[in-house]
Amino acid sequence: MSFPENILSWFNEMKAEFILNFVAGNRWKMLLNGLGNTFTMTAIALGIGIVIGILVAIIRSTYETHGKRIRSGFGRAILAIVNRICIIYTTVIRGTPMVVQLLILYYIVFASSRNGLMVASFSFGLNSGAYVSEIFRGGIMSIEKGQTEAGRSLGLNYVQTMWYIIAPQMLRNVLPTLANEFITLLKETSVAGYVAVMDLTFAGNRIRGVTFSPMMPLIAVALIYLVLVMALTWLTGKLERRLRQSDIR
Amino acid sequence: MISVKNLQKSFGDLHVLRGVDQEITQGEKLVLIGPSGSGKTTFLRCLNLLEEPTGGQIIFEGTDITDPRCDINKIRQRMGMVFQQFNLFPHLSVLKNITLAPVKLGLMSKHEAEEKAMSLLERVGLPDKAKNYPRQLSGGQQQRIAIVRALAMNPDVLLFDEPTSALDPEMVGEVLDVMTQLANEGMTMVVVTHEMGFARSVADHVIFMDGGYIVEEGTPADVFDNPQQQRTQEFLRKVLK
Repeated sequence: MSFPENILSWFNEMKAEFILNFVAGNRWKMLLNGLGNTFTMTAIALGIGIVIGILVAIIRSTYETHGKRIRSGFGRAILAIVNRICIIYTTVIRGTPMVVQLLILYYIVFASSRNGLMVASFSFGLNSGAYVSEIFRGGIMSIEKGQTEAGRSLGLNYVQTMWYIIAPQMLRNVLPTLANEFITLLKETSVAGYVAVMDLTFAGNRIRGVTFSPMMPLIAVALIYLVLVMALTWLTGKLERRLRQSDIR
Repeated sequence: MISVKNLQKSFGDLHVLRGVDQEITQGEKLVLIGPSGSGKTTFLRCLNLLEEPTGGQIIFEGTDITDPRCDINKIRQRMGMVFQQFNLFPHLSVLKNITLAPVKLGLMSKHEAEEKAMSLLERVGLPDKAKNYPRQLSGGQQQRIAIVRALAMNPDVLLFDEPTSALDPEMVGEVLDVMTQLANEGMTMVVVTHEMGFARSVADHVIFMDGGYIVEEGTPADVFDNPQQQRTQEFLRKVLK
């Protein structure tokens, strides 16, 4: 075979592979559905993670800065207990693999539910919350004590001081780290297949199982993740530059 | 206006205030001096409950503010505080720094607060800095704005916690000038400071504290020119030489 024919036959082979893996039986739709589920899980988990993260961060930083100063009594006891629960939560979540948490939630905690997508979303959110809480807590603790004192000395209450003074400064500091957590979360949802959720990874693998041709579907899946992450990284970078600009010195 | 009775504060085993009594009257300029660790800053911070006293009473305009049922946020609206480190809000413009509390607390409309802020900035010589951010300003300018922020609440008393200690020497004067101006206008002021010249010229009453007690007090002339206690004499010899 001469040189151009060589290339030509390789192309034809690739074309056949492509048709087999993506076009035949509308298999591209599996990838698209999978991508949709990946997005759904990431979005729900992000929401849950941020809510849990904020709550845990506020409880833990309040306890750390004020716990010893609050008048002893019922309120202080409650705060101490809730704080302890938060510490246990972050320790357990950060100390066990994501897949194990997912399996436990799916097969034990929510054994009666067969809605894998929701259980997986919740599980990812629960997991993400532990990491997000540490990001927020670091953010809150990085704001000088004098800022709170200045706010309180003007007569603002604790919540107003948090909302108008601490939160905006904290958010600006943690946004880039938070965006990274978001990127990590997107990739972590690839284990959803363990509980039979058809996410992007599982879809690619399913195609491989049907066509017995691993290269095309798996590379395609990898490329889709890569493009998504690169796009998010680019956005994060842009965000970071914007924040730095407004940080006039 | 403020009456302090047997005020005590301890941090764990550390007894910082061991029973302080003091009457502060309307329009009085009270200056606290003393070595570091003497309890003077803690005394000042107890007055608006940034530190919670472990004993004693503070009566402000007839209200016992150490009573847990007292709404300390309401009280603090009438007590301004100026900090050693200025503590301006770095994410807000100068104007927003000043108007945030009066507006969010519903004391003034945005427009009223901004007008008030501008006239106060005029008074401290910084009207052109309204749109700037704190980090763009010198320490002296920041501290003058911190004073304006406290004044914007129309407080009955201003508490100053070593307001010039974090400043470069050439900026101390501009802040002391503003404080002197306020004193002349009749503002009630409680000042913790190491500026003995300011204390002597502005104070009605000087307190020398050491070890959590008031060791000596009186008019500036009494304390600076004719100190009775050995501890006061030693301290003044060191700082005035």
